[in-house]
Amino acid sequence: MAISDDDVRHIAALARLGLDPGRVTSLVHELNGIIGHMAVLQRVDTAGVQGETDQRPALIARPDARNADPLHRPLEAMAPEMREHFFLVPRLGTHDGEES
Amino acid sequence: MSAALLDLRAADLAAQVRAGTTAPLDATRAARARIADVKAGPEFLNAILHQDPAADSAPTDGHAALAGVPVAIKANFSTLAMPTDCGSRILEGYIAPYEATAVRKLRAAGAVIVAKTNMDEFAMGSSNEHSAFGPVRHPMDPERVPGGSSGGSAVAVASGVVRIALGSETGGSVRQPASFCGIVGVKPTYGRVSRYGLVAFASSLDHVAVFGKEVDDAALGLQVIAGHDARDATSVDRAVPDYRAEADRPLAGLVVGRPREYFPSSLDPRVVELCDRALDTLRAQGAEVRDVSLPNTDLAIPVYYIIAPAEASSNLARFDGVRFGPRTSGDGLTGMYEATRSRGFGPEVTRRILLGTYVLSAGYYDAYYKRAQEVRELITRDFTAAFASGVHVMLTPTTPTPAFRLGAVSDPYEMYMNDIFTATANLAGVPAMSVPMGRIGGLPMGAQLIAGAFDEASMFRAAYALERGLGAEAHR
Repeated sequence: MAISDDDVRHIAALARLGLDPGRVTSLVHELNGIIGHMAVLQRVDTAGVQGETDQRPALIARPDARNADPLHRPLEAMAPEMREHFFLVPRLGTHDGEES
Repeated sequence: MSAALLDLRAADLAAQVRAGTTAPLDATRAARARIADVKAGPEFLNAILHQDPAADSAPTDGHAALAGVPVAIKANFSTLAMPTDCGSRILEGYIAPYEATAVRKLRAAGAVIVAKTNMDEFAMGSSNEHSAFGPVRHPMDPERVPGGSSGGSAVAVASGVVRIALGSETGGSVRQPASFCGIVGVKPTYGRVSRYGLVAFASSLDHVAVFGKEVDDAALGLQVIAGHDARDATSVDRAVPDYRAEADRPLAGLVVGRPREYFPSSLDPRVVELCDRALDTLRAQGAEVRDVSLPNTDLAIPVYYIIAPAEASSNLARFDGVRFGPRTSGDGLTGMYEATRSRGFGPEVTRRILLGTYVLSAGYYDAYYKRAQEVRELITRDFTAAFASGVHVMLTPTTPTPAFRLGAVSDPYEMYMNDIFTATANLAGVPAMSVPMGRIGGLPMGAQLIAGAFDEASMFRAAYALERGLGAEAHR
């Protein structure tokens, strides 16, 4: 399961990290060096504890894709009402008696 | 004002303040003068990031447990007075709008927060070479590292500015620098101290931890900050015993385990010799020493370096240039996020975010993250079985080597192996501490004591006895 240049660019995009193109090759080398040491875990017999870890609160997974930008929507969608490019807000009691 | 005040145990200084023989802010003024010592003070060693200019005129409770005791705080604890930058450019200048519970408890106990200390960026590192604000240097040899990630707090204690400092631990970030610097470092049970206001790195592994010049300083510091806090959902509502009452308790009936997996054939024989001398010291005071086994110990580093980066990749997603810290403009909103984060995070944090994102991504989650959680359970069960067999405390080396030279370890995994003896206690959530046990080549080495969950009292009982039994030998 070696990590490739494309993998690094993909996970950097998921993590919202802009990478200098010149850094990708060294990161591939570093991450493969680290992940290679994790292979030992595949050989461990965990049959006796699998039920235990499944009982923990489930993590909420989402697709491996960049989230839609939450602010990338029309201004009108961010407030119940607008007039002449201004948000309308409830009138405050302290303004009673002032000109509207 | 007298520098001699800084040589007093925290409990003794507080007693003088309560008795009115020392003014409440005298020790704080001495601490500030010590910081400014251009040749040996921690400012010279780059251990101090920020000082509170109001500290030496701050109101303090002159009747409380830490009355007038100056304390230093790692830069990942939220404080109102100084920046909480976590050693990172991405939080440079960030001032928190509230204070961490541990900090509030220290202030309520009369302590004076004098400084925020340097650290590996977001607590990721074992050498304190990964701070955006430059490396911290070892107080006995500036060409060496003090350990990390809480290296600044360790140096503040070791160089005599404060007797107590706060650090944080995710895999050994207080015990390892305590061992390197010849002081005491305590990580309590997961849930014993509130983490409210501690900037998150890996939430299932993060602990608030305490440095002390001596065991009694660390015991008093932990005593003050321990206890339930409704603001931290992982905080446990359980009575906190009087740790300092363990100071004079005899060791008769105490069973000390020597876990064979912490003494591999590759370990420097001088480290084994120091540990065996420490065990002899405890035996001579009435403890029984037994061989025990924690068979999954060698899996701790692979497990740790999957779980910790995975959690970090999630926790650090919040730093995007919108809500905290400085912003770098880019192409659109996503471009701004990417530019801010790539400029704001250093190489080690970037590496861990990428590693964590990878092990959580589709196709690799089961193979890495889920498997690591299962093996973590096996490691926890090792400790449960050992303590159920009648062992109260285990003694191991804290680190395989003394402090190494700056720049000597360039391979990331080789650096991670520094945590080989400490990460297990974070994975299992059990309390552990490092106590000076001697020197190798003139450099300090710590003995690690590990106890069962919420049994910090047994751990302190052994620690006081070790300190008392070794005496000056612990620092030679």
